[in-house]
Amino acid sequence: MLRNEKITNFAQFSGWHIRLNHRNTFMSIGIKIKKGLDINIEGGVASPGKPVERPTATAAVCPDDFHGFVPKVEVREGDTIKAGAPLLRDKNYPQIKLVSPLSGTVKAVVRGERRKIERVVIEAAGEDRVVLDHSKVLTDAAAAKDFLLESGLWGMTRQRPYDIVTIPDARLRDIFVTGFDSAPLAVNPSKFEPEEVKAMEAGVKLLSLLTTGKVYVSRRSGEALPDLKGAEMVDVEGPHPSGNAGTMIAAVKPVNKGETVMCLDLPTLRRIGAAALTGVVPMDTVVALTGSEVKEPKLVKTVIGAEVSSIINGDIEADNRHHRVISGNVLTGVKTAMDGYLRWPYRQVTVIPEGDDVDEFMGWASLSPKKLSTSRSFPGHFLFKKAFNPDARLNGGRRAMIMSGEYDRVMPMDILPEYLIKAILAKDIDRMEQLGIYEVAPEDFALAEFADTSKLELQKIVREGLDYLRKELS
Amino acid sequence: MDKARPAFEPDGKLHAFRSVYDGMDTFLFTPRETSKSGVHIHDSMDSKRTMIIVVLSLIPCLLFGMYNCGYQHWLACGATEFPFWDLLLYGFLAILPSIVVTYVVGLGIEFAVAQMRGEEIQEGFLVTGILIPMICPIETPLWMIAVATAFSVIFVKEVFGGTGYNIFNVALVTRAFLFFAYPSKMSGDGVFVSLGSMLGLGGQAPDGFTGATPLGQIAVSGAQSAADLSGAFRDIAGNPVDLWHMFLGLIPGSFGETSTLCILIGGLILLLTGIASWRIILSVFAGGAVMALVANLFATPTYPASFLSVGEQLCLGGFAFAAVFMAPDPVTSCRTNVGKYIYGFLVGVVAILIRTYNNGYPEGAMLAVLLMNALAPLIDYCVVEANVRRRLARAKS
Repeated sequence: MLRNEKITNFAQFSGWHIRLNHRNTFMSIGIKIKKGLDINIEGGVASPGKPVERPTATAAVCPDDFHGFVPKVEVREGDTIKAGAPLLRDKNYPQIKLVSPLSGTVKAVVRGERRKIERVVIEAAGEDRVVLDHSKVLTDAAAAKDFLLESGLWGMTRQRPYDIVTIPDARLRDIFVTGFDSAPLAVNPSKFEPEEVKAMEAGVKLLSLLTTGKVYVSRRSGEALPDLKGAEMVDVEGPHPSGNAGTMIAAVKPVNKGETVMCLDLPTLRRIGAAALTGVVPMDTVVALTGSEVKEPKLVKTVIGAEVSSIINGDIEADNRHHRVISGNVLTGVKTAMDGYLRWPYRQVTVIPEGDDVDEFMGWASLSPKKLSTSRSFPGHFLFKKAFNPDARLNGGRRAMIMSGEYDRVMPMDILPEYLIKAILAKDIDRMEQLGIYEVAPEDFALAEFADTSKLELQKIVREGLDYLRKELS
Repeated sequence: MDKARPAFEPDGKLHAFRSVYDGMDTFLFTPRETSKSGVHIHDSMDSKRTMIIVVLSLIPCLLFGMYNCGYQHWLACGATEFPFWDLLLYGFLAILPSIVVTYVVGLGIEFAVAQMRGEEIQEGFLVTGILIPMICPIETPLWMIAVATAFSVIFVKEVFGGTGYNIFNVALVTRAFLFFAYPSKMSGDGVFVSLGSMLGLGGQAPDGFTGATPLGQIAVSGAQSAADLSGAFRDIAGNPVDLWHMFLGLIPGSFGETSTLCILIGGLILLLTGIASWRIILSVFAGGAVMALVANLFATPTYPASFLSVGEQLCLGGFAFAAVFMAPDPVTSCRTNVGKYIYGFLVGVVAILIRTYNNGYPEGAMLAVLLMNALAPLIDYCVVEANVRRRLARAKS
């Protein structure tokens, strides 16, 4: 119980409400967060139901999605390749591989400026899959780790500090699995099939071999995910970022200097478990196709890295407006094009108006209830139930940090965001450490970036800070 | 606007006025710039709207100031009838030159600096420019306002990097500059009431007319008790002034800061829109009330202002104005939530402290805010250190 007492103490400082639940025989931790924001925007999936299957002709792996991963190409254009065979390898840790989501031929290795590898594109053909040796993965720690590295699933995990692909030599204090997505328009499964639960429990069993601590799995209070055997369930209540790994870690057991924890999402846990049980990595994924410009938002079943056009499949409003296609959600997603590919973490595609084709007269003075804002000076702020249709405009000019307390309101962690951002801008390593940079990832600043009236690029600043720190301290 | 754009591009004829063009363009049309990194949607709130709301919240004080300016003038001329629109028009004509001069000088510097740095115009001066005339006595010569505005915009704001980087409140430094550079024009009993006529409106106040503010009267009253003191308050026509008058604000004083009622209306706008920090406003009043109570408990004839009641202390002079419009300035106040309470409380305490225990200086709100502006980073530092220590303690355990 000693550890739980510590949690309570921490809770007193940071405004967290933590309780311990005894449900069935499992013990779970309850967290209630108050700071945060659910942005209500148009284009949600009305009734999730069964996903529509939309096959893709090609799929791509983009090394940019895997921060910290320095790619080296393992294949050549024209090679025939099985699903699950390595495409890219890390230069610093050659054990880490990114694998092909499809069986077929390597269509292109696309390079950008200074020969930087942008993506490896695979053209689908056949059903050949790599089958890995999975005999000892649920009992032997070394076998489990090699299995994850070999299967490409290791690349889908992230570590704190630095929010990069987990470094294989790191001693993992704990492992945190985010069991739900609280981002705008994200869809969470309303029920889990028994075999999915079985796979996830196998995943937990495998992961628990890799850490000296525990495997924590978060779940939104009252949602479908059952208690997973071997995991410590964390019930989270409250608005976004309640589903973020950073929020869970901060409440349960913050990352101190020198410690490393691993983070992954629930689909990755399921893939790990299924692979551990069968030796084959499932490359399928269910994508929520959302956003105000999508005709009929729905769930689409496809493969990792599929073509965005195959997912959207023409389901887009023909209103002659410029569209912004985002692989991911509106807060942390990657801007892509109609001919782009589904990017990590392969869960959502959002299409919103771009907004660069609108002439708005004196928008700053607007009293229109259609304007989305956290400020009470907009009437729309009081229309709680209403969904908004924002576009990608900044809605203002970039300024120095003027208003205070804007970031605090949407940041549930015990972090002073303004000071951390300033320390990063000043490249003051000591101060960054003192203010808790090891606990954060860029996504933890997404809501603050949305709400910021000075329109600063906070996620970019945090990413640059983390990269700078890693470079200086290595 | 789009048609005119080419002339302002780097090779265009009017490139030297790019900052002016940009300023107008972004003022009239929401910029089409879309997000390049990070979040794809942004809050509709921006710094233009923030600043304009502050200006709006100052309008009640400004209108009341115009009326009061006329009212005091009519009183000084010995009138018995007070025609509303004449009073208002007189006040409008009296304040207009100061507002125009402040904006021309301040915005001129802002545009020039934006042009030099190749940046967008920053909106901070929209607020500063209206604040400056409101916190100066009506009889301040225009050239002094121009010099002081230029001094503070350049040396208090631009040398530090512009809006968002200044340490001291720009409007208050302007006031302080005037106060210390031209003391005879900024205090005493001859500057708070407009004396001449405006375009035929109003009359000429009698020669040797004096109209001291209530705080000015107290400082020289030599009151021996609270009863003495309440007898000492006279408006400029010699009628007694009670707390209700002080709250309404029909008393001599700097242009915009006499009416606590209008200040509270402005404060309400700021709090409802969430622009000013309620933590700061509340704690300034709390600090002022506590200090006023302490001073009143240990009232002594050496310091006549110590006989003032809590209500009088909060309604008189620039206290309420400073609490609502000066202290919560987000750039120069504390940025941490705990720090805001401490900062606000100390602003209140110091304002009453200076006002009460320094007979030579009847108003302390301005200096209190400036002093706390200087101390705000220190307060924040302590709050931040607490967060740091908590993290270190956690790592050790």
